[in-house]
Amino acid sequence: MSGTSAGLTGRETVSIRGEGTLSSRIRRHRWLYVLLLPTLAYFFMFSILPYYGLSIAFKDFSPFVGIADSKWVGLKHFRRLFVESPDFYRLLRNTLLIHLYKLIFGFPVPILFALLLNEVRKSFFKRFVQTVTYFPHFLSWVIYGGIVVNFLTPTGVINSTFDSLGMEPMNFLTDTGLFRPIIVATSIMKDFGWSAIIYLAALSGLNPELYDSAKVDGANRYHQLRYVTLPGIMPMISLMLIINLSNILDAGFEQIYVMMNPSVYAVGDIIDTYVYRMGLEMGQFSLATAVGLFKGVIGFLLVVSANSLLRRLGQRSIW
Amino acid sequence: MQKTNAYDYGIYLLLAIACVITIVPVLHVLSVSLSEPQAVYRSNLMLYPRQLSWDAYQYVFATPTLVRAFGITVFITVVGTMLNLLFTITGAYALSKRTLPGLSFFMILVIVVMNFNAGLIPGYLNVKSLGLLNSVWAMILPGVVNAFNLILMRNFFMDLPEEIEEAAKIDGCSDLALIFRIVIPISLPAIATIGLFYGVAHWNEFFKGLFYITDNRLWPLQVLLKTIVFDNNLNSLVGANTSDILIEPANVQAASIVFATVPIVIVYPFLQKHFVKGIVMGAVKG
Repeated sequence: MSGTSAGLTGRETVSIRGEGTLSSRIRRHRWLYVLLLPTLAYFFMFSILPYYGLSIAFKDFSPFVGIADSKWVGLKHFRRLFVESPDFYRLLRNTLLIHLYKLIFGFPVPILFALLLNEVRKSFFKRFVQTVTYFPHFLSWVIYGGIVVNFLTPTGVINSTFDSLGMEPMNFLTDTGLFRPIIVATSIMKDFGWSAIIYLAALSGLNPELYDSAKVDGANRYHQLRYVTLPGIMPMISLMLIINLSNILDAGFEQIYVMMNPSVYAVGDIIDTYVYRMGLEMGQFSLATAVGLFKGVIGFLLVVSANSLLRRLGQRSIW
Repeated sequence: MQKTNAYDYGIYLLLAIACVITIVPVLHVLSVSLSEPQAVYRSNLMLYPRQLSWDAYQYVFATPTLVRAFGITVFITVVGTMLNLLFTITGAYALSKRTLPGLSFFMILVIVVMNFNAGLIPGYLNVKSLGLLNSVWAMILPGVVNAFNLILMRNFFMDLPEEIEEAAKIDGCSDLALIFRIVIPISLPAIATIGLFYGVAHWNEFFKGLFYITDNRLWPLQVLLKTIVFDNNLNSLVGANTSDILIEPANVQAASIVFATVPIVIVYPFLQKHFVKGIVMGAVKG
């Protein structure tokens, strides 16, 4: 682009960067390579080098022997995962279920919230609601989860309220039936306001003339919502849905890690928490790496498919 | 202008409920932290402090571990964000030049590392083999360039008008001077946005501390908080010289939470403004 624009304006003094032999082009761009070098070095050291460590998924890794000298064992760890141990299906099930519950119950909330907010004409009130509801997004899950736990412990706020109403106390955090609903509800509470931003941006980009002509045609507010607003933000909704589905193996590591305890492993243990526990706490490096590799490969394929699907739909793609 | 009707009041009501759901838990913790320890023994919902007291904060500030963890997190946030910006700006600028030989190769590389992560254990072994375990640098160097932020910054640079740089070159500005004297100054809003993205991530950094730091004297704030708040482990607060203060765990936990949140509250006006811009920027162009 720069080459042609410089050419079109006819300024010969400006180097036309797109032209010349490869070596002269490289020489002309040498400062850019110097600038790019730190970033490339970083990716090499912290993203590419770890790929080598993936080989231990096919080895019996021992930290004392090192990656290179550990013995190759082929698919032993994958066999153990997929065939011999019941752990893996529990993990996969928990991961998928928690993600899907978050999707089903959580995905519509920011859309509804943005639509409500968009109807507010008093900008002071609108700003106030935004300021309040965006805030929890900036808190870590350690902090927000800490607040949640403070409400749910046997002596917490909710049980104290139960107590004063003469109801039996409940142990929310160790109840296998309540763990997933609590995870889903709290993740919605923390991020619904923040996630609405993208829809608010889409809503503010809708052409006001569409509303004016709809009104001329006698459309009431429901008609406007149904025939102007929703079709207008539908591309953004489908974009977010596709991106969300491509992350289906992420159920929210930090949230679940901080809020989980051993009594709810059966319903709460997800791929990421298992990898951490097996690998770093119990020293089963190879097994944990095999699980991580499974997740990484599936996740990569999903994201690549999502991106090409978006391109084929003529949508903004992820990259 | 339409008149406010029942429909609007319904909307206001729903939005007010959304605000209450968001704000009440935060208000409760703040109130607990500011109350007299005896008043929070059996904690009912509090929207304001009962018998205003600074005891819990006195306890927190008298605790060397918490203050040290705060210092470590400040260090990670300040130094980490500066390095993030240095790497991201230079890398994104180079990648924003469409005529750069090898550009498509570099972009494929960025997209691959962005979407295919080697995972926790290989990452851990890598940090270990680089000799970074139990060093603050383990919480700074891995992640010094976030590929998403790199692409966001690159998109911003690509949209800068070419004429500005060309004019500067005609005036004899060298390639490097161009960046520091022209490109960075006109990109400050985008740089602020990305700096805040990085800064908040550092402040809330939990996993790198959990994975790479076993020496609890080097724990960042979030890791220490996890043990105080979830593992109910007030022993983490070793060395507190506070025998004269009668203390209630819920009280101290609340005060620690507030203590770690205050810096976020202080920068919140900037966060809200710039993050919204960044999200919209990413959505519209990414």
